[in-house]
Amino acid sequence: MRVLELEVNGDQVEVGAPDHWTLLEVLRYRLGLYGSKQGCDKGDCGACTVLLDGEPVIACLTLAALCEGRRITTIEGLAPAHVRAGGRGPDPVQDAFDRCGALQCGFCQPGMMLSAWALLADNPTPTRGEINAALSGNLCRCTGYTQIVEAVELAIAEATGATPARPHWAKHESTPPKPASVDGREASR
Amino acid sequence: MLLPATLEEAVTALDKESTEPANEQKTRILAGGQDLLPELKDHLAEPETVVNVKGVAELGTDVRRSGDGFEIGALATIAALARNADVPAVLSEAAASIASPQVRTLATVAGNLCQRPRCWYYRSEHTVCLKKGGDECFAYAGLNKYNAILGGGPSYIVHPSDLAPALVALDAEVVTDRRTIAIGDFFTLPSESDPTRENVLGPDEIIREVAFTVAPGWRSVYVKFKERESFDFALSAVALALRLDGDEIAEARLVLGGVAPTPWRCRSTEELLRGRKIDDALAHEAGEDALGGAEPLEFNGYKIPLTKALIAKALRKLS
Repeated sequence: MRVLELEVNGDQVEVGAPDHWTLLEVLRYRLGLYGSKQGCDKGDCGACTVLLDGEPVIACLTLAALCEGRRITTIEGLAPAHVRAGGRGPDPVQDAFDRCGALQCGFCQPGMMLSAWALLADNPTPTRGEINAALSGNLCRCTGYTQIVEAVELAIAEATGATPARPHWAKHESTPPKPASVDGREASR
Repeated sequence: MLLPATLEEAVTALDKESTEPANEQKTRILAGGQDLLPELKDHLAEPETVVNVKGVAELGTDVRRSGDGFEIGALATIAALARNADVPAVLSEAAASIASPQVRTLATVAGNLCQRPRCWYYRSEHTVCLKKGGDECFAYAGLNKYNAILGGGPSYIVHPSDLAPALVALDAEVVTDRRTIAIGDFFTLPSESDPTRENVLGPDEIIREVAFTVAPGWRSVYVKFKERESFDFALSAVALALRLDGDEIAEARLVLGGVAPTPWRCRSTEELLRGRKIDDALAHEAGEDALGGAEPLEFNGYKIPLTKALIAKALRKLS
């Protein structure tokens, strides 16, 4: 057991934890920050991704003792940081994920958004290939990733003042397919 | 967990008398922890003491130019190396191909060179294979899709490092607390020394930096094939460095990854390439020569045509 002095989401905290505890264990089971998910717990899935000095790391493969003196950002810290910086509501990345429906079960979401956030902080106008590469350490088993990448592109477009691309499911919206008739009645849309 | 402040303290903290298989050493070094933590979680390593070297003053975190070459601190991260636009392409490309962005943030250069094999018989806590001090390499007659086609026996692991073949192609040196080792002498075949280890480091020896010179006119490339596009270890990889004289190859270093228990240097192929122009015929000949001695196991014969194709691709990229 040792006392660790950590900076989590801008707050200085002191926590007692055994030497072998990971950052993920300290976040979840000492600090009650359950937003960082314990998925595979061996570095394969990225659900526990948090930021260390702004760079994404796998919290389940990061010993808490390595994090003293470094800035830790979890998903819980994004919206407050946005508000502190003069913004309103959630962080634009969170907002874009919400509006694009970039989740189903939601388990990968905190890690996914933090990886995206770190990418945009480093490179505000990444290509689709760069987005894919930046998110390559975060597995999603529900969405097929399309809406996730679209959410990141929406956040980029809004931050740079560009016109957001239509999401893939709205590609044909200008010429909607005629509703099929069922039993002589028009099917409800 | 110990937090030594100097290299001497760190070396002293390690058990120099250790004769156990490498994974059972009572003292282990912790740098980025990206391989040690999975070993701890899988109960492959259960050290009494972990020596956390992050505070060791002599262990650098920089990738810095030095004269006509580079010195890379043992604790430089893979992310820093992947982002570095000055180092030879083979090295930054190899670094960028490693694992996921999250792992690259913490993983270190020395840790990458010293990481343990990925063979599933080694990684399973339920087996005591040759790598863990047992009598048998279960991959030999077992499920060996990911195992060695060159240099195998009695263990058939492949070396998992991407930096290793790149650094061999750059003819680098590994500098430890006590000596400088040419990288060609750093990795060991299981047939030539303790099969539970992959390199010549003593149980209390610590890598301090990796250094290499860059002669003018050399170009290089790293070509890696992964089973899974997002992030994975190499099924096969090619690190190629060439010095071209006009369109003729004056000198070549060709090193294979993911196919042997060490990075696999193809010296006869390097000779074959010398004085030749890069074309399809040469690419074909080079592949045939480099894989001529391959001895595939039951499920990994695909690595032969795959590696030949990667050699051809690497040559084309530098033509």
